[in-house]
Amino acid sequence: MENNSRRGFMGKAFGAVAAVGAVGSLVAMKKSWDPLPSVKAAGFTTLDMSIYNENELVVEKWRGKPIFVLKKTAKMVASQTEEQKVRDIVVDGSHFMVCIGLCTHLGCIPAYNADEEGFLCACHGGKFDWAGEVTAVPPPRGFDIPPFKIDGNKLVLGEAGPEYTQMKETGVTL
Amino acid sequence: MAHFTKATSVKDWLNQRLAIEKVEKVMASEYWIPKNINFLWAMGMVLVITFALLLVSGIFLLMYYQPNVDTAFYSVNYTIMREVDFGWLWRHIHGVAASVVFLIIYIHMFTGIYYGSYKKGREMIWISGMLLFVAFSAEAFSGYMLPWGQMSYWAGMVITNLFAGGSLHADFLVEWIRGDYVPAQAFLTRFFMLHVLLIPLAILGLIGLHFAALRIPHVNNQDGEEIDFDAESKKYLAGDKAGSKVMRFANDFMSKDMMVVGIYLIFFFYLVFWNYGFAMDPVNFDPADGLKTPAHIYPEWYFLWSYEILRPFSVDIGLIAFGFAQVIFVLLPFLDRSPNTVPANRRGLFAIWFWLMLVNMIVLTAMGKLPPEDPYSTVGFYSAIIFIVQWILLPIITTFEKKA
Repeated sequence: MENNSRRGFMGKAFGAVAAVGAVGSLVAMKKSWDPLPSVKAAGFTTLDMSIYNENELVVEKWRGKPIFVLKKTAKMVASQTEEQKVRDIVVDGSHFMVCIGLCTHLGCIPAYNADEEGFLCACHGGKFDWAGEVTAVPPPRGFDIPPFKIDGNKLVLGEAGPEYTQMKETGVTL
Repeated sequence: MAHFTKATSVKDWLNQRLAIEKVEKVMASEYWIPKNINFLWAMGMVLVITFALLLVSGIFLLMYYQPNVDTAFYSVNYTIMREVDFGWLWRHIHGVAASVVFLIIYIHMFTGIYYGSYKKGREMIWISGMLLFVAFSAEAFSGYMLPWGQMSYWAGMVITNLFAGGSLHADFLVEWIRGDYVPAQAFLTRFFMLHVLLIPLAILGLIGLHFAALRIPHVNNQDGEEIDFDAESKKYLAGDKAGSKVMRFANDFMSKDMMVVGIYLIFFFYLVFWNYGFAMDPVNFDPADGLKTPAHIYPEWYFLWSYEILRPFSVDIGLIAFGFAQVIFVLLPFLDRSPNTVPANRRGLFAIWFWLMLVNMIVLTAMGKLPPEDPYSTVGFYSAIIFIVQWILLPIITTFEKKA
């Protein structure tokens, strides 16, 4: 009996040591898989917005992701609905669609057809219009908009300016 | 202390220390297999041999492969394919075996379903087998990342995005799995580790469990007959080999098994030498490019049926349907409410259920390969619905099944 209770105590003591070790090693393992500081610090991208042509999609790169930049035509700007207007980014008087060029379904890069003025994702058939809104499922929402700050005729990606903060707060982008 | 005597032979020396004769009996010559079986019972051995081929070819590939985003593609397509003597052989064996192993797994699975080899004490064989299927799927996916071609990159992107859980937007989880915002160096190195160490270890452990699960219930037979293995093996050992319903695993059963393996290997190496193209996607011969999606992304053929269940729905429903398809086969022993352990063809409605499931999964596979447009997406949609409805109906039709 005495032996048993001693063994019981030793078992519990070992259990306590092992539990602390297990929790500690799980924390270390989880943290070892986190993105590295060098990856997280991967900088900001500054775009000169005066160089783009109307209705011509240019793909820029920010944090390894493609960024769609589309300068809207006068006709597009005139026909904008309310939903399209809130996604509109105006730099130095020109209207742009700037967004992360990954389908919000599973992250493929949709292709732009300038004649049809829309995007088609080849993976699962999702479609988006020239403002980045969904026109055919499966994508659950329009293109996400990266954090941006308007600086004269430049756009800084990775920094949240007042226009971006407003979009984020009103749920225009995630 | 155990008592040891001077050994009379090498065998006796080993016997005293390792009981090799006893082990041989337990594992082979007195491990009993029913006689009433057919060539489909050889698929287990075919899988063992294919796994061995994957292991050996993998070891040779590992000696030249470089898990680095700048050099991975060329270490495979230049160093291994052009510089290493017979490097092409290891790569083609590895690629073809990775594809063919799933064909054999599916045959093995549907054989089990057809003959009811997942009930009456055989539930753990089925469950461990399905865990092996999951482990092999993870192994295939992680291996597919390694050549770092366009399909590697984009399959990696799409599959890791599944972990965002649709509307849950768990992007932190996706970034944690990748170790980056997009698949990059951290992603390649960790999938390399998973492919060559962690998942193979899990597979070896699961193979051990799968074999152990067989020992008590024994292998099923063509009629699902309950055999008294003790009585039948006694009859065999007493000399009535013809009257006994069982035979030795080795050499009786093994001789037939290896005959099937021989035929399989001729087919396998025919593919390796002359028809390896199906296992080598042309798109993956372009190096990974994060700014260019291939025109049409599709998984390898063995994932197409579950991919097609994901595809026709909006993102959340698609994910739920996909998750359902991934786990539902595991529950088969519990969803089949009938006590009958006989071939599907003698089980009334279950026969229709079985053949419809088989045909529907082939249809889903075909639709998954075709572009996401009509009429394929409509056919795929209805096939996906049929798949789900079939599983919901299974407990009902088997509850009312007549005793066979």
